[in-house]
Amino acid sequence: MTRKQKRWLVRIVVALVLFAAVFAITEILPLDSWFGSRTAAIWFEFALFLVPYLIAGYDVLLKAARNIGNGQVFDENFLMSVATIGAFAMVAFPDADPHMAEGAAVMLFYQVGELFQSYAVGKSRKSISELMDIAPEYANVEIDGAIEEVDPDEVETGSVLVVKPGERIPIDGTIIEGSSQLDTAALTGESMPRLVEKGDDVISGCVNLNGVIRIITTKPYGDSTVARILELVENAAEKKARTENFITRFAHFYTPIVTAAALLIAIIPPLLGMGAWSDWVMRGLTFLVVSCPCALVISVPLSFFGGIGGASKLGILVKGSNYLETLSKVDTVVFDKTGTLTSGSFKVIAIHPEADIDADYLLSYAAHAEAYSNHPIAVSLREAYAGEIEEKQIAEAKEESGHGVRALVNEKVVLVGNDKLMALHNASYHDCDLTGTILHVCIDGAYAGHIVIADVVKDDAEQTIRDLHLAGVARCVMLTGDRQDVAEAVAEKLGIDEVHAQLLPEGKVRAVETLLSSETTDGKLAFVGDGINDAPVLTRADVGIAMGAMGSDAAIEAADVVLMDDKPSNISKAIRLARTTMRIVWQNIVFALAVKIIILLLAAVGIANMWLAVFGDVGVAVLAILNAMRAMSVRKYRK
Amino acid sequence: MRKSFKLQDLDCANCAAKMEEAICKIDGVEKATVSFMTQKLTLVADEARFNSIVDEAQRICSKIEPDCIIVR
Repeated sequence: MTRKQKRWLVRIVVALVLFAAVFAITEILPLDSWFGSRTAAIWFEFALFLVPYLIAGYDVLLKAARNIGNGQVFDENFLMSVATIGAFAMVAFPDADPHMAEGAAVMLFYQVGELFQSYAVGKSRKSISELMDIAPEYANVEIDGAIEEVDPDEVETGSVLVVKPGERIPIDGTIIEGSSQLDTAALTGESMPRLVEKGDDVISGCVNLNGVIRIITTKPYGDSTVARILELVENAAEKKARTENFITRFAHFYTPIVTAAALLIAIIPPLLGMGAWSDWVMRGLTFLVVSCPCALVISVPLSFFGGIGGASKLGILVKGSNYLETLSKVDTVVFDKTGTLTSGSFKVIAIHPEADIDADYLLSYAAHAEAYSNHPIAVSLREAYAGEIEEKQIAEAKEESGHGVRALVNEKVVLVGNDKLMALHNASYHDCDLTGTILHVCIDGAYAGHIVIADVVKDDAEQTIRDLHLAGVARCVMLTGDRQDVAEAVAEKLGIDEVHAQLLPEGKVRAVETLLSSETTDGKLAFVGDGINDAPVLTRADVGIAMGAMGSDAAIEAADVVLMDDKPSNISKAIRLARTTMRIVWQNIVFALAVKIIILLLAAVGIANMWLAVFGDVGVAVLAILNAMRAMSVRKYRK
Repeated sequence: MRKSFKLQDLDCANCAAKMEEAICKIDGVEKATVSFMTQKLTLVADEARFNSIVDEAQRICSKIEPDCIIVR
């Protein structure tokens, strides 16, 4: 609690105690007989109730007076003042029961509600800013061998920084000395520390856990990961959701309408002779108590704010409430295969040597033949080969474009490549039942077997598709530039509903456009890409999700949702979280409105009195706020 | 030109909405958003008149919530 809130709380407690005492006095003591007449006793009670009333609400009355001077009529302070002063003024109707207790109570509970609101909002603001507490305060710059603390903003690109254990990496860079473990939790939501060593790129915001590392900065602070994330999160509140705008507009009309209704109900029926003035005026005043739309106006942005904050705890950056809203309506998720569902790196998945040949022998020759190639396939062969590449053994290596390699290894002619290469050299070969890239190997004219290489499907890809289907996403579509059979094999394994293969980059935009045109108005389409070359598609989709995009500026720019790590499971989490948030928003809207309308109806027919109205109103506000704060909780997504 | 300001003592969500509406209507303002949650005013407005626009925005805020200050 802030000091302001503490003083506020003390005031409310004092007023509450006094109110209870006064209430007890007026109920228990025989004031009528002490004062000799009912009228005198009532005026005494009036004076007594005025004390807690003024203690609780003097600031409301002052603000109301000031705002009237500024032409702000439908301001909540003013409405509360009118309602409570009105209740006190009922003392002037000698025929009616006095309502001072209600007047004081309305003011008291109104203040309780306001204080709670202020506390809750402050608390969620704080927890979100703590979450975003990744901004470095200084950077240790090495200048001529000495270390100086410098404002990160003033560090030039190419400076050498020293990051000690326990410190945050202030600026993106590359390690030039040392190794350490990094805690990336604040950025990616991933709790496992990451091992980094010389030559690795590191991003700002990570906490260095053990070793001292020296890094050379590759960007100015303003373009570093931390600065970009902070900017993104801070701007998120600007992009308001449709629901949010709807509620503000609703509030704009709600208060004047209820106030007008209050005026009518206080005047018309008694003019028509339908009952006593005091009775109808009281009903009108009860209307005013529920005329403040605050619970609604506050709980909706609070829910969105909580949702966005909760998402960033998981390493999901949502660029605005509007995107969270759209995300909740997603019924089609389109994946650009490479980098989202698969890791984009090739790996040897099977080695099938001929009957009389050893698998290691086959791999060894293939790896040596491909020793000088930079093609991803060659790299994966060398990675799979456990031994050292002995360059002495390679006498000659020539790429046969598009087909493979012909090399002289250990004085044997080795052919490594696709079926076309085999056919070209009249080598006999046979097909494989696995899908992927098949590398046939022929050694000294004899077929030695083949090696199957495939893009590696990410561990949680299958689970993600299942979760998405469970969450009500009807279509999961995969786009890829790969061959049809390779694409279909991956799709089948993962449970993808629709595949578009052999697409060129422009083809992906067209495919997304076709899918978009087949969407219903309520269903939205999300596109997930790894941020490489897919900015146009990210922009085109209803929601563009870029994953593992911390390195790609264009993707961060173009995407609406940025996943900081490259786990596809975050997509289903993001959608589920968006749905939960929207559910909370609508629960609050429906619940708050329903209670208000019921109170208004009951008040109009004289069943609800001011007590019920103020409890109803403050109660709804408190419940709506507590409900809204649920949006921030993400425990259930962390497994 | 675009700039963000912190709003001090912005205590009421409905007021934030009213401020936003009124600030958007100031001549020369292209876009204004008042976020109650982050207590921020983001203003996109004519550069030449920027200062006088912020002055006007402050007057509007004071009218709606007397304690509220645009921190410059």
